[in-house]
Amino acid sequence: MIRFIVRSLLLAMLVCLTVLIVSFALTRLSGNLAINLAGPDASAASIAKIQHELGLDRPLPVQFAAWADRALHGDFGNSYLYHQSVSSLIASHLKVTLQLGAIAIGMAIIIAVPLGILAALHEGTWIDTACGLVALIGQAVPSFWLGLMLILWFGIDLRWLPIAGLATWKGYILPSFVLSFVAIPVMLRLTRGGMVDALRADYVRTARAKGLSRASIVLKHAFRNAAMPVVAVSAVQLGFILGGSVVTEVVFNVRGVGYLAWESIGKGDFPVVQAVVLLFAVTFVGLTFLADLIGAMLDPRVRG
Amino acid sequence: MRRAALSLGAAIVAFAAILAIFAPLLMPHDPFAQDLTHRYTPPFWLPGGSSAHWLGTDGLGRDYLSRLILGARISMLIGVSTVILSGIIGTTLGVLGGYFGGRTDAVVMFIISCRLAIPVILVALTTVFMVGSGLWVVVLTIGLLLWERFAIVARAATRQVSGLDYIAAAWAAGCSRTRVILGEILPNIAHHLLVIATIDMAIAILLEAALSFLGLGVPPPLPSWGLMISEGKDYMFFKPWVIEIPGIALLILVLGINLLGDGLRDRLGARTEQ
Amino acid sequence: MNAVLEIEDLRIGFGPLEAVRGIDLVVERGQTHCLVGESGCGKSVSALSVLRLLPKRARFSAARLAFEGNDIAGLGERGMARLRGDRMAMIFQEPMTSLNPAYTIGSQMIEVLRRHRGASRAAAVDRCIAMLERVGVTAPAMRLGQFPHQLSGGLRQRVMIATALLCEPALLIADEPTTALDVTVQAQFLRLLADIQRQMGLAVLLITHDLGVVARVADRVSVMYAGRIVEHGATGAVFAAPRHPYTRGLLASIPVPGKIPPGGRLGSIPGIVPRIGAGFAGCAFRARCAVAMPACAAPVPEHRLADGHRFACHLGPDGAWSGA
Ligand SMILES: Nc1ncnc2c1ncn2[C@@H]1O[C@H](COP(=O)(O)OP(=O)(O)OP(=O)(O)O)[C@@H](O)[C@H]1O
Ligand SMILES: [Mg+2]
Repeated sequence: MIRFIVRSLLLAMLVCLTVLIVSFALTRLSGNLAINLAGPDASAASIAKIQHELGLDRPLPVQFAAWADRALHGDFGNSYLYHQSVSSLIASHLKVTLQLGAIAIGMAIIIAVPLGILAALHEGTWIDTACGLVALIGQAVPSFWLGLMLILWFGIDLRWLPIAGLATWKGYILPSFVLSFVAIPVMLRLTRGGMVDALRADYVRTARAKGLSRASIVLKHAFRNAAMPVVAVSAVQLGFILGGSVVTEVVFNVRGVGYLAWESIGKGDFPVVQAVVLLFAVTFVGLTFLADLIGAMLDPRVRG
Repeated sequence: MRRAALSLGAAIVAFAAILAIFAPLLMPHDPFAQDLTHRYTPPFWLPGGSSAHWLGTDGLGRDYLSRLILGARISMLIGVSTVILSGIIGTTLGVLGGYFGGRTDAVVMFIISCRLAIPVILVALTTVFMVGSGLWVVVLTIGLLLWERFAIVARAATRQVSGLDYIAAAWAAGCSRTRVILGEILPNIAHHLLVIATIDMAIAILLEAALSFLGLGVPPPLPSWGLMISEGKDYMFFKPWVIEIPGIALLILVLGINLLGDGLRDRLGARTEQ
Repeated sequence: MNAVLEIEDLRIGFGPLEAVRGIDLVVERGQTHCLVGESGCGKSVSALSVLRLLPKRARFSAARLAFEGNDIAGLGERGMARLRGDRMAMIFQEPMTSLNPAYTIGSQMIEVLRRHRGASRAAAVDRCIAMLERVGVTAPAMRLGQFPHQLSGGLRQRVMIATALLCEPALLIADEPTTALDVTVQAQFLRLLADIQRQMGLAVLLITHDLGVVARVADRVSVMYAGRIVEHGATGAVFAAPRHPYTRGLLASIPVPGKIPPGGRLGSIPGIVPRIGAGFAGCAFRARCAVAMPACAAPVPEHRLADGHRFACHLGPDGAWSGA
């Protein structure tokens, strides 16, 4: 177990380091960053000035070493746009993104798990087909379009929910729901598959032979085993949900990290972009590690 | 039931392919021709609609049906080309890892882990911004980002297949590695890859739409469906159909591809759980 | 008569397959009744149908299915659930997979008592420890806190039987309980089963395809073939004078020390059990039978001998064509 943890941790760190390089390389993709920043009409002198100020005239490896060194210490430099440190900028935007992500994963679980159980209990019937259809459509619907349509229905036609912003708790409903669509199809299928297998398992037959109640058979015996992969996967899905926050926050005009990243990309504010890419990557790696850990903890055979 | 789903999926994809291939013949109008005197003409089933523009016109008076048909071409083009690109990358990596095992496999797994950690949308947006938007930039960007499913499945399938007797026999008969991989392994994992191709095609199409919606995908005036939604969204409160039409088109195409993929998986007995 | 379980004309089908084609079976108190037959002849589904644990898509019908004198053929799921684990219990072949890997032994035993007896936790724990001790599990208190994967196959099967006996059922159905165990553990387990049965006056329906097991523990034996009981009787009588060609074939296939001629092959019946659909007539064994005749395609008569010994074959008790 300890070996497993150490190994995964080392690997996770190596992955993060690689992403660090990638996110640096990303912003050096175009020939000259300074030209981008200075704008189309800038004079050669002002470009050179910007280049020098940002250290862009130094060799790439030197630039990377300097940036990586500071990044590892939590210093991502200053935003070109906001004239404030990237760390504090991100910190001030992170809260809503995390809130929305947490609500979304909760919603995904509340929607997907019962539907998955229902489908498995009625395997092969129209209920199963209907749940499969939910997963299929959930996978096919473009999330930005779903967001716009929900705004039309619930914000304009029915006037139940605000069309943008998070002024009241009602504002959280639509963005979280749209975000949860990232995870619902996967979790629904996983729950259904796990339950179908579990319900066919010998230990469920034993539970029935012991005369246990249906609730105990389905929830205690079958679901406990089907739930192991679902719990592990929800950690990974939370990572995907954070990735989806870019689109959703733009649609709902929520000033979270995703929105910040989109805005920064469009305006060439690369210190922010690099930091957000890194933040998302590290979060994803951390969540994957957590998923492995939870998976191992939940299984008594591994826990030993 | 399952058979019906497969047929429906195949029909949708075939229809989209026909639209894409014969777009120039099928478009009733020039999709780029502006007519500022006929802006936001509603589609024929709404009051004020006309048979001159079946699906109405957009904010610049361009024929919506023609733009929708050309949009199908863009979506299919993006879907197919990115899948070819990502399929080549992913399959190569996966087969190498699965076939050689050991160090090679560890490296492949590590590359896959790194790829999974990279936030696709952000990196794609940044790349398109840096390189400049364009159809082929989007294809390259998405293709270079979406290969991990191919790699994971190709690796698993190769490991499974290379243990089989006839592969061992080919190996023992002195066939070269390349012969074994190209002649024996690839044909035997092809059905898994086909299913992954449908999944990735659906994802690529959705990703392109999202990028275009966010303004860093296919550049105007090309009528990508995502871009059409983006252009229509400021008017959606007054003319909901401007976002409904391209959105539903996108939904149906992706649904069709997924139905086709699910059907193929059942039919070919492919395993795609990771 | 002291019948715990009475079955008349039990039929089970899956789609076109007729898995069980009208069997009669009686298990009496204090008696071990063995159901033997080759793989696929319908033993397990017959046993499962008693507890009504058949898969949903199975067709099931019985002229009479009585448990302790009450007809339970029409009993609903709730009524059955009250009987299962309480008055009738079942253990299965696979001790590896029959216990839930996610819960401790204690959790899986206690829930039975809490469900059927409404026992307090403490009382349930005491009873579980006592029962584990009784089936020969060492350090029972510690076992309660262990997970299935921490126990050996033999121990798991003992846990299964202890769980089954917690509520002192009238009937225990054991579906090949020893097949997955080592030979020595097998012998121990059979001895345990026999002891407990004697002490508790239990009726046991034991399913096996091992005639050696039958010889050791059975009071009565029913030989099943392709969904029918082809021969039934007291174990001694059937072993001494098997009447059905299939029973004879089975008996000939038991290895008996010293009886195998040097270099000779063990007797075995060539062929496999046919899968029978609707509209099948005549003797299902005729394709593999050494003494089959064209007339075996006619409906099979049943012959009754002394002490309930009966068999279904066109050849009568005297070995002559009975001319149905
Ligand atoms: N769930 C099911 N669906 C379809 N057919 C089934 C099912 N369960 C059993 N059968 C069929 O019913 C017949 C009897 O099966 P059963 O399990 O009772 O055999 P068995 O005598 O217990 O054999 P074994 O010694 O292998 O356990 C077999 O032909 C089997 O294929
Ligand atoms: Mg069986």
